[in-house]
Formats: sequence, structure tokens, C-alpha cells
Amino acid sequence: MSDTAEVTRVDAPTRAGALRRVAAERWRWIVLAALFAAACYAPFQLVPFRVFQFTMVLVYAVALLGLNLLVGHAGQISLGHGAFFAVGAYGAAIMLDRFELPYPVTLPIAAAVAFVIGLALGLPAMRLRGLYLALVTLAMAIFLVPLLKRFEEVTGGSMGLTLPKPAPPAWTGLAEDQWLYFLALAVAVAAFLSAYSLMRSRVGRALHAIRDNEAAAETMGVRLSFYKTLAFAWSAMFAGAAGCVYTWVIGFVSPDSFAVTLSITLLAGLVVGGLGSLSGPLLGGLFVMFVPSISQDVNEAAPGVIFGLLIIAVMYVAPTGLAGLTGRAAHSIRKTLRKE
Amino acid sequence: MLEVHDLTVRFGGITALDGVGFSVRRGEMVGLIGPNGAGKTTLFNCLTRRYDADSGTVTYEGRSLLGVAPHAIAALGIARTFQNLGLFPRMSVRDNVMVGAHHRGRAGFLTAGLRLPGVGGEERRLRAEADEVLTRLSLAEVAEHPAAGLPFGTLKRVELARALVGRPRLLLLDEPVNGLNSAEVEAFAGTLRAIRDDLDVTVVVVEHHMGFVMGTCDRVVCLDFGRKIAEGTPAVVQRDPGVIEAYLGTAV
Repeated sequence: MSDTAEVTRVDAPTRAGALRRVAAERWRWIVLAALFAAACYAPFQLVPFRVFQFTMVLVYAVALLGLNLLVGHAGQISLGHGAFFAVGAYGAAIMLDRFELPYPVTLPIAAAVAFVIGLALGLPAMRLRGLYLALVTLAMAIFLVPLLKRFEEVTGGSMGLTLPKPAPPAWTGLAEDQWLYFLALAVAVAAFLSAYSLMRSRVGRALHAIRDNEAAAETMGVRLSFYKTLAFAWSAMFAGAAGCVYTWVIGFVSPDSFAVTLSITLLAGLVVGGLGSLSGPLLGGLFVMFVPSISQDVNEAAPGVIFGLLIIAVMYVAPTGLAGLTGRAAHSIRKTLRKE
Repeated sequence: MLEVHDLTVRFGGITALDGVGFSVRRGEMVGLIGPNGAGKTTLFNCLTRRYDADSGTVTYEGRSLLGVAPHAIAALGIARTFQNLGLFPRMSVRDNVMVGAHHRGRAGFLTAGLRLPGVGGEERRLRAEADEVLTRLSLAEVAEHPAAGLPFGTLKRVELARALVGRPRLLLLDEPVNGLNSAEVEAFAGTLRAIRDDLDVTVVVVEHHMGFVMGTCDRVVCLDFGRKIAEGTPAVVQRDPGVIEAYLGTAV
């Protein structure tokens, strides 16, 4: 008798919880589908320069998806992800320039090269924690620029490399800027789906466990060095893929585009966008793309100051990043809708 | 099942465990008691390879544990809970519990990142198992809730659920009823007995709550200053003069 009472008492809220979960999940997919439809429609409505800007938002979003994997989900830090971005960008540029490979081939190769370099650097680096890890990754970013300038015969030195942009196939009927946008969108969607399913698996849980409590994670059977190193390598791979698309879109690489500030800006963009959240990288991409130019408009003399002040302002208003802010807004909108 | 022999652990000049030895038979529930600082948690940390032993041996199911890597302990069928909670505060209760089944999953970065076939099935299977344990411990209502912010007693149960979902053969519980009221202690003792019978696990439990220890354990080992001072049935240990002096105290 008491047994059945126990069962129903436990069962009812579970079912309600499951329903709520399904509703929340569906809501999320509806928002995503609407966003995707808007993203497909936008390039036909905007002027080429705006299309270019949104293409760059997508490029940054892919890099931030990778950085988010490491910083937001696994709780490690990297002040040098610009270096992997550069590896992808230069990798693609050299493949296009020296070997004249067809550009679709450059994406998997650039990503693979970034992955291998990330793995090689991650093996020793991921034994370090906190400030030590921050310093080692910062060193990567600092080393890179002189390295690129030094090997002039391959990298083009300080002058960089200029490349032809991928031409849109005739059957699409798209202009160049639109074609590049859709290429970036395809890479971004693939990267997003991959990161999403990674996070919704045993691997994602292991990374979250490491972030929240290393000792307990290890006792539960999570091999810390393995997961940290592979998270680093995967995050480098995403950054490398983003770098490759960057080269397609810009058609030019030079060492000074990948200075330490790029790494710092990426990290700032991610934190502002929202660490460990699904929409954080996209919001961060918008931030990285638009805020510097907005600050330039506000005050031409000191765009850096405005940029810094904006970061402080966002962190003050939304400590969990823009993703947390939009999440809270969506929550209260749904609440008001339900009340009516 | 578990043989601890002459185990010694030193931290600098302090000897936390000094030649401790005892054994646990399969299916037993053994209580580990003793004053604070007696070395009970240190012993658990040795068994799960968080600390290195300076000398002595630990044999589990016929193999030495002291050479096993810390992350490989879970796969051997040893699970534990922590004295001051070792949960993942930002993860949901269900995800916390599912981490406990980590060693039973196969999905890796590549298979999960590409969502290859098999990953979804494994995920559903582990989730169903986690939900089963959550329901058993009356945690189904809070499954979606982040671990942070739940009451202490609930979190203690979440830790137990996380340990159980790994299907351990040896369960190490570090002060499981600490901070619970007497009704909760009673309920927990019942749950633990049921779990032991249903899931065929061997339990070693560190606890200060003497009523709980006396009521649930088959055998009790008492430590004091890193040494074993008594071992036997609860009734015998309770009357042991050394235990009374060091730990239980005498009625004035």
C-alpha cells in the first residue's frame, strides 16, 4: 500500500519534469531554426560590406566554439588561441599559394594541422594549471609573429601572402561575398553541431566534471590528462578551421593580423558572449566583430579605451555573459506569455 | 575481497596511518570509526589512490591496488563518496550521476563529435540507468536541478547515486549520515541495507554516528592516531576499553 503511494509520488513530478524538458528542448530548436532561416535570408538583403561583416562573425564564432570547449566546458585557460587561428589561416594560405590545392581541400588539412600542433603543445601544457597554463599559452601567441616573419620564403614574411578568393560556382548564381558567407555558414553549422553533440555525451560530462571538481572526476574514472589534452587539441582544431575560412574570406594573411591582441580579443569575446553556453560563441563573435568598429566610431582617438569600457560594462550588467542575459530575458518573456 | 596489510602513510613528519591492517569479506558491511584525525579518510584516499602509501600492501580481488592509476580505480568496481561532498556544482543532478557511469561508457571525442552510431544508444542506456538510481533514492524530482543550491542531505544522496550507477562491487562511504537528522539517518540506514542486498555490494563506511554504525555494520574497525586499536563485531568494539577511552568516552 505504502509502496504504491511512494511510486505515484515520485512518478508524477518526473513526468512533469520530462514534459518541461521536452518543451524547453523544442523551444530551443525553434529558436535555432528561426535563426538559421534568418541567417540564410540575410545575405540577399544586406549590402556586400555587411555580408562580409557577418561572414567574419561566423568565422570568429567557429574559433570561439573551440575556445569555449577548452575554457567554458573544460575549465582550462588559453591566452594563445590566436596562434591556432593563425596556423589554420597560414596553413590554408600556403596550400593555396605554394601547392595550388583546390580550396575545399585546405579546410580538413588546416584543421588537422592545428589539431596535431594542439595535441603536441597540449601534452606538456595540460600538466600545468591556472596561471602557469596561461603563461605557456600566452608564450605561444608571442612566439608566433616572429616565427612567421622569419620563414619568409614560405610565409611571405612581413608582407604576407595575397591569394585569390574562392569563386562562386556558376550554378549558384551567387555573388562572391554571398558565396563566402554561405561557405562560412556551412562550416559554422557543422562546428556548432559537432560541439553540441560532443557536449551532450560522455565526453562533455567528463569535461564539465574536470571543470567543477578534478579530484572527484578522477575518482569517477575520468582520465584527467587524456581529456584535458584532447580538449586542447579539439579546441585548436576549431580555431584552425576558423583560420582557414578567414583566409578564404580575406584573401590575405600577414603576421600582424595574428598578434597577441587577437588571442586576448578572442578570450574577451568568449567571456563577454558567455562561457560554457551554447549561444556564447555566436554572441562573442558579434562582439569581436562589431564592438571594435563601434568603439572606433564613438571615439577615434582611443578605440581601445571604449572597447575596454564596454567589456567592463557587459561584465557588470551580465556576469554570465550576453548568453546569460539573453537566457534570462527569454525566460522572463516565456513567463509573461504563460501568465496571460 | 579487500586486504589491507601494514599500511603506512606519512605526510612530512606526521604519520597519518601507522601499520594498519584489516580485511573485508565479500558482502560485508564494515564500519570504520575513530576520533577526528585518526586516519579514516586518509585510508579511503589510499584505497582510491589519491594518496601514495609509504609502505604496506592493499590487495583487492587478488590484485595489488597500489600500482593502479587513480582514474582506473572506478573500472575495478570501487566507488566512493566524499566527506565534504565531491559533487560537480554546475552540472545537473542527473549529469552528476551519469559521470559515475563514465568508466562504463565508450564514446570518445571522435565518435561523439561526429555523432557516430552507437553514441546515442549508449547515451540513452546510461541515462535510463541513472534515472533508475535517481528514482530509487527519491531524487527524480531534482534530476534537472544543478547540484549547487540543493540541501545537504539531498546532495549526500546524489553522491550515493553517483557511486551506485558505476555498479561498484566495493563501496566506500565517507560519513554518509553526517549532518542528517535522526529520521533521515534511519531512512538512510534502510536504503543502504536494501542496496547492499539488491546490488550485492560490499561496503566500508566511515561514520561518527554510533547508532548508525552499530545498527548497520557487521564488523567495526576502530582507528586512533593512525593505528588500529580494535576490531570486531559492533557489540564487542563498543565495550572495548581502548575504544571507550580513545573515542566513545565514559559516562561520568
